[in-house]
Amino acid sequence: MRMDRPAQAREAPVSPASLYADRVKVYPARVHGRFRNFKWAFLVFALAVYYLLPWLRWHRPGDAPDQLLLIDLAGRRFYLGPLEIWPQEIYLVTLLLIFSAIALFLVTSLFGRIWCGFACPQTVWTDLYMWVERRIEGDRNARMKLDQGPKNGAYWTKKLSKHAIWLVIAAATGGSFVLYVQDAPTAVREIFTGQAGAWTYSFVGILTFTTYALAGWAREQVCTYMCPWPRFQAAMLDMQSLVVTYRAWRGEPRGKHKQGESWDGRGDCIDCRQCVNVCPTGIDIRDGQQLECIGCGLCIDACDAVMDKVGRPRGLIALDTLADIQACERAVAQVPPGPRRLDVAAAAHAPLKVVRPRTLIYAAVLGLVGVLMLAALAIRDTTELAVLRDRAPLFVTLADGSVRNSYTLKIIEKRHHDRTLTLHLDGLPGATLAGLGVDEARQRTIPLSVRPGSVATQRVHVFAPAGALLPESTPVTFRLVEPDGREAARHDSVFLAPKR
Amino acid sequence: MPTKIEKDALTGKETTGHEWDGIRELNTPLPKWWLYILYATIAWSAVWAILYPSFPGLSGHWRGTTGWTQRAAIAEQMAAVEAERAPMLERIRTAALDEIRRDPGLLQYAMAGGRVAFADNCAPCHGAGGEGRPGGFPSLADDSWIWGGTLEDIHFTIRHGIRNTQDENARMSLMPAYAQILSRQEIDDVAEHVLGFTGRSTNAESAARGAAIYAEQCAACHGAKGEGVREQGGPALNDAIWLYGGSKREIAAQIANPRMGVMPPWQGRLDEAIIRMLTVYVHTLGGGE
Repeated sequence: MRMDRPAQAREAPVSPASLYADRVKVYPARVHGRFRNFKWAFLVFALAVYYLLPWLRWHRPGDAPDQLLLIDLAGRRFYLGPLEIWPQEIYLVTLLLIFSAIALFLVTSLFGRIWCGFACPQTVWTDLYMWVERRIEGDRNARMKLDQGPKNGAYWTKKLSKHAIWLVIAAATGGSFVLYVQDAPTAVREIFTGQAGAWTYSFVGILTFTTYALAGWAREQVCTYMCPWPRFQAAMLDMQSLVVTYRAWRGEPRGKHKQGESWDGRGDCIDCRQCVNVCPTGIDIRDGQQLECIGCGLCIDACDAVMDKVGRPRGLIALDTLADIQACERAVAQVPPGPRRLDVAAAAHAPLKVVRPRTLIYAAVLGLVGVLMLAALAIRDTTELAVLRDRAPLFVTLADGSVRNSYTLKIIEKRHHDRTLTLHLDGLPGATLAGLGVDEARQRTIPLSVRPGSVATQRVHVFAPAGALLPESTPVTFRLVEPDGREAARHDSVFLAPKR
Repeated sequence: MPTKIEKDALTGKETTGHEWDGIRELNTPLPKWWLYILYATIAWSAVWAILYPSFPGLSGHWRGTTGWTQRAAIAEQMAAVEAERAPMLERIRTAALDEIRRDPGLLQYAMAGGRVAFADNCAPCHGAGGEGRPGGFPSLADDSWIWGGTLEDIHFTIRHGIRNTQDENARMSLMPAYAQILSRQEIDDVAEHVLGFTGRSTNAESAARGAAIYAEQCAACHGAKGEGVREQGGPALNDAIWLYGGSKREIAAQIANPRMGVMPPWQGRLDEAIIRMLTVYVHTLGGGE
């Protein structure tokens, strides 16, 4: 059961049939302050990255696409600046995902749910949608009044224009997504001229719908009911993690306060419910740590403003560690409520412990994955050779008594570097080679020109001389040698001969 | 079962009116969106049943107002495929064989089509990769050809076949059964001489006797030195390829009572374009001249 239901819900006797709770619509109020400013700044940054990244260019040689970041589904390549990832190197992307996950663990154990509060796309787009909503329908009270008031012309004008703008944003979001998998200028031209494929329009449609539904309608329900991350992020948090908390030792007992009244014998919380009103998930932070809290800190901004107004120090709600809360609680246990508690607590604050086993382990694993990733990137093969042996026929005896085996070579050249490699065969004395379509005369080695950034297929015949007295199976190694004599790639196979 | 619809005290909802051992069930109707989708599908099925073949009748069935059938749809698809293939097949039908081999586009198409046609028609005798089979099914992957390994030779052989009765232009060669002409000793001597073409003779005296008989009886078709005569369809005897085995016993058996393979003509059974694709494909199997 949610703990943030209004007070009357908690006081009512709980009947077995009330396990289902209807959603209570949240009307977050406008707020100003440090956290809000940071949230705005990050929102602008994140949206700018999302919408503009596909438009950044990066020149690549040949017919490779000139987009800085491109997941080329048709060509089966992942381009990122100078990097070009082929399908068989997908483990690099896997490592990147693991790296990101561990980085998220580390950040969460240090600063709590800042991912949820600031960086998560659900948070960013919901925030953007709320901004639009506020511009059109007004702040919290105006919106509540509008929803409860008559459904007149003004009501429908506001609602329709809000949803129209939401849909435009949603379409831009869905439209930008497909730019990551296609050349952006071409894709945009095709989309607007009706020439894009059915898949493109389907994905734009699907993502337009999800953006509109999740950021416009579902909002905090995504975080509370759909997202798995809040369910297990508690495993990353400990007593030393910074979380958004209400300092109950300072705030309680709460109550209304008239200007000029003494603060002795009571807490600093004046029960103005500003912290509840601004909360995007509609919870009361004073109830303690909750699953629904996304750690955005807007309640801190709201409370700080109130504390300034009533002349009490800021920080009744703060980004604090549970260890510090406990230390302060212990220190003020014998002190009666009132301003003196703050003085006592000032000396008792627990220092922030950033370095602790949990963060060290996360950082170590993060470093390890990072080093692994760089190493894998540095030593990956740029030229690869695969050899497929013909199995029908296994071998052919020729008129002069020599034995021929045929192979299909796949030469993968990832770089955009035009050159001629030489194919050698080791392990079969006196063997000669002939490449189909290259030069069909039998030679010791054959030159193969590689096509840059491609997978080339080359059929090769291998001849063992007559009277070589071969065993039925001889292990052989194909080697591709660079013009400067270095080995570019190799592949093992076997050479089969008839039973003697 | 008593049926008494009443309000549940706790939730204020109606019950279904059914009671099982004191347990009553709340009446929780299906979600509206779900019901509307169900109604929409029912309406859709009615439209569908009118448009498309649906109900069986006493004589035939309701054919639908669109006249759509699966057979017609498949025929349409096949016709579309044929139409798509037609220009390429026409080019292959009219191009010179060597032109097909030189043009990368035509070659790629011919190789793909030839591979399929080969697997369907030729592989039972000549093997999946053209490796041949023991007992007179020649390998098409080696460099020894009885009737010639140029594109034109292969094309002719596929069209007319070998030693068949259906095609008067079929490649024809017949080796007499020497069991009725020569004595056992003479056959043995000829076999010894034939072994000598590949340096395997061990009895010079016998081989010398065989040489005289060979020059008289065999050289016309197999060549004076066993090099084979293609015009006659006489296989070479001086190489490592033996259609019916290369041991002395097997050679002697083949002289005494020769076995000779038959290949049917494919002209008329396969389209000319397919025969041409097969020609090019067989030529690339490893022995094309």
